[in-house]
Amino acid sequence: MWEYTETVTEHFQNPRNVGEIDNADGVGEVGSLACGDALRLTLKIEDGKIVDAKFKTFGCASAIASSSALTEMIIGMDVSKAETITNEDIASALGGLPKEKMHCSVMGREALEAALADFRGLSLPKADGEVVCECFGVTDVEIRRVVSESNLHSVEEITNFTKAGGGCGKCEEKLAELLHKTQSDGLRVIPLKQPSKRMTTLQKIKKIEEVLDREIRPGLRLDGGDIELIDVEGDTVMVSMRGACTSCFKSQTTIKEFVERKLREQVLETLVVEEA
Amino acid sequence: MNNEMPVIYMDNNATTMVAPEVMAAMEPYFGGLYGNPSSMHSFGGQVGKAVANARQQVAELLGCDEDEVIFTSCGTESDSTAILSALRANPERRHIVTSRIEHPAVKNLCENISIFTGHPYRVTMLKVDEEGLIDMDEYAESLRDDTAIVSIMWANNETGVILPVEEMAVMARERGIPFHTDAVQAVGKIPFSLRDSEIDFLSLSGHKLHAPKGIGVLYVKRGTPFAPFLTGGHQEDGRRAGTENVASIVGIGRACQLAADKMDEENGRVKALRDKLENGLLSSIPRSLLNGNKELRLPNTANISFEFVEGESILLHMDRYNICASSGSACTSGSLEPSHVLRAMGVPFTAAHGSIRFSLSVYNTEEEIDTVLEKLPPIIASLREMSPFWPKK
Repeated sequence: MWEYTETVTEHFQNPRNVGEIDNADGVGEVGSLACGDALRLTLKIEDGKIVDAKFKTFGCASAIASSSALTEMIIGMDVSKAETITNEDIASALGGLPKEKMHCSVMGREALEAALADFRGLSLPKADGEVVCECFGVTDVEIRRVVSESNLHSVEEITNFTKAGGGCGKCEEKLAELLHKTQSDGLRVIPLKQPSKRMTTLQKIKKIEEVLDREIRPGLRLDGGDIELIDVEGDTVMVSMRGACTSCFKSQTTIKEFVERKLREQVLETLVVEEA
Repeated sequence: MNNEMPVIYMDNNATTMVAPEVMAAMEPYFGGLYGNPSSMHSFGGQVGKAVANARQQVAELLGCDEDEVIFTSCGTESDSTAILSALRANPERRHIVTSRIEHPAVKNLCENISIFTGHPYRVTMLKVDEEGLIDMDEYAESLRDDTAIVSIMWANNETGVILPVEEMAVMARERGIPFHTDAVQAVGKIPFSLRDSEIDFLSLSGHKLHAPKGIGVLYVKRGTPFAPFLTGGHQEDGRRAGTENVASIVGIGRACQLAADKMDEENGRVKALRDKLENGLLSSIPRSLLNGNKELRLPNTANISFEFVEGESILLHMDRYNICASSGSACTSGSLEPSHVLRAMGVPFTAAHGSIRFSLSVYNTEEEIDTVLEKLPPIIASLREMSPFWPKK
């Protein structure tokens, strides 16, 4: 059973502003039956102000609560201010959501954006993106935005917030790439000293390879040796020594003291290096 | 949860109440009778006799001999033991036949089998039709010379659909292939006798038939090659090491005896309650449909989809009346996709997300059924009012 806050439960049991505004000034529709949740938001806008908002939602308790809380937040709000609402704002209005349910708050923000874009007669930026997750139809533009807005650190978090990767899982590699790209674009500065403890294996491999290339291989090559990354399973990094290193009795010490220390400093503190 | 109302428990395929008779039988083994059944003194020996008695009670329900009964910790352990044992007994065979609707205990093991065995296997996951049944011709074709094990559930936990495992076991036997069935949902609900069958391995779980959690049984047909999953002491004739969970073993024994006594009630009164619930909901709620074959089904299970609404929302509204059931929706599973069983049956998304499973037991009453029939239709109606997909009149 999910741990919902009292606010979530209260909104779910007594949802505000259910329904549809006739002749609405802005209509936003997101989600689908296949996805398991969908929201249709209708807005009445007068003199740059949202004077009424109603919703219809198909989905779980947190989807209904997010929709209800969103309408409460925006009624009486200037359009320019409503445009700055993030999914985090919706989640905090509910006293927080279980991490697996954060996508419900994202759905709320997307519906609001769609409704405001419709009001202004604009097309949505996400329509321009490239679909990364085919199962749930999530584009790179949406993913990059959520990664930077909510400061996400792992593929798992991307799935919790956008559903991307939650179906067949084939796009995980692409998600890891997007995550890496978005982070290195400097939209948010992620401190190097506090690497995420929830890195995916792909992220680990990528970072480990970088460190090997940058800090370890040059030294080994001077001695006619080399090192190859064989596998990463959980926190165990399997490597194999090559060239002159294979016959060197010091290679065990090299692996343990040098390679492991470097990888722990720069990738993840909990890594253990073993020779394959 | 509402503390002022009684609990209406209709989630017995998830777990069951420990029967009062089972509690009473177990109690002495948490108290004075704490001896080790393997000990040489009679203080331990009397406990050993209780274990032997329980083994006999289990054997009677299953229609087998005592030495074919191995006590384990749960249904999952029984499943893993059976499948991995068969693979080790036939290391040169590298093919497994199972179905798409298995419980994760079998499905996830088969899908990741190379991790446990260290070498690759081909796994045939048999399809099911829209009623949850397997095509027997396709099954026959799937059996090959290098098939090491067939593992097919006796009854599906989500829909209650019963598969013809006795017939399938005969077909496997003709080709010299061991047959395992996960009978966790079937045992105690439908009568059978393993003595007359060609089933080699059968898993059952205590907590699905009014015994406590943490106890299971694996039936292994006499003469079937067997490799233990847990190695250590000589318990269970060296087939499952580890000091016996005596109290729970006594409990599952008593529970099997009770299940045999109540088999007629299960297939009579409980089935009638289930039918009343099912027919009542299907007739009073438009756009609702039954999932799974109507006839070949456990007497206690009804899986019904309410189109255009989502399962978690239904469950949480029912929770306000202390009505307990399950859903195959994505949101309740923690994954983002609806039940693999309903998807394998091709249930459309409009219906899969809004599926509710009611699973009854002998402890349910007609009054409880009436309460659900009264409370549920307005819940569905109010959620549909809120659904953007519900067609406006």
